[in-house]
Amino acid sequence: MSTTDRAIVVRGLTKRYGKQLAVDHLSFEVEHGEIFGLIGPDGAGKTTLFHMLTTLTTPDEGTASILGKDILKDIRAIRSSVGYMPGRFSLYQDLSARENLQFFAALFRTTVEENYDLVAPIYSQIEKFQDRKAGHLSGGMKQKLALSCALIHRPSMLFLDEPTTGVDAVSRGEFWEMLQRLKEQGITILVSTPYMDEASLCDRIALYNKGRILGIDTPEGFRRGYDAPLYAVSAERMYELLNVTRGMPGVRECYTAGSVHHLVGTADFRPEEYSEALAARGFSDLVIRPIEADVEDVFIKLMHNDPLQ
Amino acid sequence: MKRKRGIFIAFVKKEFWHLLRDSRTLLVALLIPVVLMILFGFTINTELNNVRVGFVIPHPSESIRRMTEKFSGNPYFTSVGQIPPTRIDEILRRGVADAVIVFPEDFDRRLSAARQGLPAEPLAQLVMDASNPNTAIQGAAYLQGVILGDVAVSPEVRLLFNPQMKSAFYFVPGIMGMLFLIICAMLTSVAIVREKERGSMEVLLVSPVRPLVIIFAKMIPYFFLSCVNLATILLLSRYVLKVPLTAGIVSILGVSLLYIALSLAVGLFISTVTHRQVTALTISAMGLIMPSVMLSGMLFPIENLPRILQYLSCVIPARWFIDAMRKLMIEGLRFTLILDDFLILLGMTVALIALALLRFNDKID
Repeated sequence: MSTTDRAIVVRGLTKRYGKQLAVDHLSFEVEHGEIFGLIGPDGAGKTTLFHMLTTLTTPDEGTASILGKDILKDIRAIRSSVGYMPGRFSLYQDLSARENLQFFAALFRTTVEENYDLVAPIYSQIEKFQDRKAGHLSGGMKQKLALSCALIHRPSMLFLDEPTTGVDAVSRGEFWEMLQRLKEQGITILVSTPYMDEASLCDRIALYNKGRILGIDTPEGFRRGYDAPLYAVSAERMYELLNVTRGMPGVRECYTAGSVHHLVGTADFRPEEYSEALAARGFSDLVIRPIEADVEDVFIKLMHNDPLQ
Repeated sequence: MKRKRGIFIAFVKKEFWHLLRDSRTLLVALLIPVVLMILFGFTINTELNNVRVGFVIPHPSESIRRMTEKFSGNPYFTSVGQIPPTRIDEILRRGVADAVIVFPEDFDRRLSAARQGLPAEPLAQLVMDASNPNTAIQGAAYLQGVILGDVAVSPEVRLLFNPQMKSAFYFVPGIMGMLFLIICAMLTSVAIVREKERGSMEVLLVSPVRPLVIIFAKMIPYFFLSCVNLATILLLSRYVLKVPLTAGIVSILGVSLLYIALSLAVGLFISTVTHRQVTALTISAMGLIMPSVMLSGMLFPIENLPRILQYLSCVIPARWFIDAMRKLMIEGLRFTLILDDFLILLGMTVALIALALLRFNDKID
């Protein structure tokens, strides 16, 4: 395996809880300096995977290496060199923002001053409130503080487990901008998220469900590889539209996506025939237009194609 | 090395912040010893005070007068005066008196006979309110002592070490035994488990710090807190409850510090077997503090327990600590004479730390 030049190499990683397979013979690789997104719904096994990669949980089978270090043998080396931000806000609520940052710096045998330049773009946004108890910060500020704490020892690899869950849209946007800046500093980032719209901000993504990877590609590659006819349909009576459409010939799939339904057709799907059939059933206000697939469409398609899902 | 010490200091600092900012817990932890000492020292009193005595005197005489005067002059008794024999029952029932002494008609004759060592007839009849059996037995013994005090042949009983049978002396070691378990075992285990429950343990583990450093740093503030409590208890004992503390203070401190270490080890062990604060609390309260109160000899003498519970009490650290502290504080024994207690406590400490280290998991599952 000439794979030491990869930031992360995962080979057949498996974790069971009882009979339940949380992570199922997983294999993938992450390049140095990329933002690699793990996209999947809650309960897909993302956190278990993070725990194994950060050496917090021992896998039942398989192996993985982080920056060339084995997750089974080089536990201490990995723990010293990566930054990890768990899904739950896990800083000390009764310590001020500054005290939290100082503590985590000391934990990694460094000081806030030594690495301030790295966290400055993020930390400067909460500096006004740095004497406030972490428990009293807003959701977005907590998350910036947690990222600062995970970065303060200048790790070359960052693990971010659902960093934007429960954070408002503006803060989410700012957060992803910060990740881009960190990437420019050469830091490799493995980030998980249940939000499909964040997927397009990653360099490469793995679509992940039930402990298995459905596909790995760039967001653009996934979109281009989508080969079925895809339409957005809408009408006054949306719920009935969904039920009726699902029973129509030539319709492989129909699901809600925001304010419209996405309709996946088979190769012989004719939108004009569909419109006429719908009009005959009382949907005279039907609007149908072809659209480009987004990551969510890819995810749903892959999920339905996968026999084990 | 220097940086390693830096990590430890940073950790200890953080733990002190946690403790000092949780002002409610801190206040409770500092007040518990004071409250317990005052409660047990003053209000819960098994010693007998103010026994009210009535007298039935069919034939007043000089010796009977002298005898009754002895009671009114004794701080433990209050005389309620003479009462008619027909009303004994009623007076006891109404709680006017706790005891009635019925002098026989020929009291003078019986008394002189007893003084000459002749086969004794009862000198007087004691009628006691025995609704509280302990008080009744103790009171009867007191009264007997006073009546027989005159008589040469009476057996002499001398109570050693705690002649006034002050219950405070007896309770102070018990309070210490319980308190250090609460502070060290319960608070420490909860503090460690809190990090697991809140998820911060995950972040701490993914760092260069050895997990044991995390744990030992957590213990330091609670160790300090316990030392403050130890000082409070000893000062209150000495200057408020007037416990003699006759043995060397060094021995008392030594045994106490060992017991504090043992309690910390118990807390550490509990934290290695639980993941939830609630569980840690329940284990501490039900599995630790309750048995320590019931089976350590704090409230009930171990000799009075059923045989099986006596065996069970051997594994309860507080039993050995209380035993040692009573010997040191009240009997004033030298350290060498409590060596067995000390070694048992030491053995338990070492065993628990070893067990906790074996069980300690630097993973999260």
